[in-house]
Amino acid sequence: MTQYLIAMYQPDGVVPPPEVLGPIMAKIEEFNADLRAADAWVFSNGLTDPSSATVLRRGEGEVLVTDGPYLEGKEHLGGFEIIEAPDLDAALSWGRRLAAITGLPIEVRAFASGG
Amino acid sequence: MPETDAVTAVFREEYGRAVSVVLRTTRDLGLAEEAVQEAFATAAERWPTDGTPEQPGAWIITTARRRAVDRFRREAARGEKEAQAALARWDAEPEPESFGDDRLKLLFVCCHPALAMPARVALALRVLGGLTTAQIAAAFLVPEATMGQRISRAKAKIRDAGIPYRVPSATELPERLAGVLAVIYLVYNEGYSAGLGAPSERSDLCAEAVRLARTLSRLMPAEPEVDGLLALMLLSESRRAARSGPDGFLVPLGEQDRSRWDAELVDEGLDLVRRSLRRGSPGPYQVQAAIQAVHSSARTAAKTDWSKIVRLYDLLATLAPGPVVELNRAVAVGEVEGPAAALHIVDDLSLSGYHVFHAVRADLLRRLARFAEAADEYEEAARLAPGEGERKWLEQRRNGLRGAP
Repeated sequence: MTQYLIAMYQPDGVVPPPEVLGPIMAKIEEFNADLRAADAWVFSNGLTDPSSATVLRRGEGEVLVTDGPYLEGKEHLGGFEIIEAPDLDAALSWGRRLAAITGLPIEVRAFASGG
Repeated sequence: MPETDAVTAVFREEYGRAVSVVLRTTRDLGLAEEAVQEAFATAAERWPTDGTPEQPGAWIITTARRRAVDRFRREAARGEKEAQAALARWDAEPEPESFGDDRLKLLFVCCHPALAMPARVALALRVLGGLTTAQIAAAFLVPEATMGQRISRAKAKIRDAGIPYRVPSATELPERLAGVLAVIYLVYNEGYSAGLGAPSERSDLCAEAVRLARTLSRLMPAEPEVDGLLALMLLSESRRAARSGPDGFLVPLGEQDRSRWDAELVDEGLDLVRRSLRRGSPGPYQVQAAIQAVHSSARTAAKTDWSKIVRLYDLLATLAPGPVVELNRAVAVGEVEGPAAALHIVDDLSLSGYHVFHAVRADLLRRLARFAEAADEYEEAARLAPGEGERKWLEQRRNGLRGAP
């Protein structure tokens, strides 16, 4: 078994209204329940807005604290799931479902050592 | 790398199958390839004196498997976990009676959609076609180091991302098979567009694509689209000698000397088209092959059944809609209903970056006696044409029109 990161990327600044977001969140809950039932769930959560991020950098003899986020772009990491799957095809079929639910681009990436 | 003729011949025939079988032992493409290459190096040393074994393919596989296991023993002795696991698998499995063939699995791995298209093409040619990195680099006109990196990155991705070695399930198969066929057809078109006068590595890509399709057709005899693609390429290959005139000019289909078509390839192609269509599940490759079959069945260009070709393009437009299909359909409509009807279709297409679009418009405008516009279109087509032969032909056409009233 390999652990895979399933990362969701969402556009900056756009928060869908509750009547849109509500049903999506419900489907993600269902998705996570299915992952748990399949013994594939490791971790999942959404992230707060990137403007709430804080960045640390090693400077001259001390670590500097600055306002985040570290990466500025038009899209940001909105949340992620960590799953266990026998191979990429199995991980992709979970990821595919999440793409269909959220309409967001989903990145699937293996962790360096197995779970 | 092999040096003697006997080893070279076996290399081209057996390399892909050997890698696919040794992969069961190594579970890593890079290690499987190394083991098979070492086996061929041993063959090159021994066969000239000991003689070529009766079953050279099995000899290579046996030798390569032993090489792989020797390596695992050394690594396992140093405490490497993966090597120890591989050895445990090896000890648990008896030596098989026959090695079988895992090339189909390997082909689906090489053509996995998680790999970039250029990587899929390079891997398929390297691992299944047995081409060297240098040959593939020459064929695609990129530096050898670039191609080497492309291939090794793709192998690393297969390993790290966990792309599985198996034939996709029935539900995934149609989409995945379409992906494999797309890779093979891309290899063919790369060789085809290079045309005459290109380095032989480039035009050899056509033969390589046919070889891959033949292998696939043997491994998946129940898939009509595989035979459709093979037929499409064979019918195109049958016209190779007739396609270029002296000085490397392109000779278009309508003007080719049909006695120079390769009759054997035509027969094989027509047979495949009939056989695949009889199965009653037409797909884009079968229909494209059927269109080529109509051309191949016409004794002279004038006897071409253009109405049938229009009907086939109508079918193709429902199976695989797109502007290029519309453009080709327009050409057929032009033969049945005349150039004005065809131009009407063509003018609605947005294909201004595609040289064939301009060549088709040029020909239709010429037939409508709009010579100045036709000359401009030939010029644009020549500017965009990828191959030397095609460019020369288009320029010749334009020059012919400049002299017209």
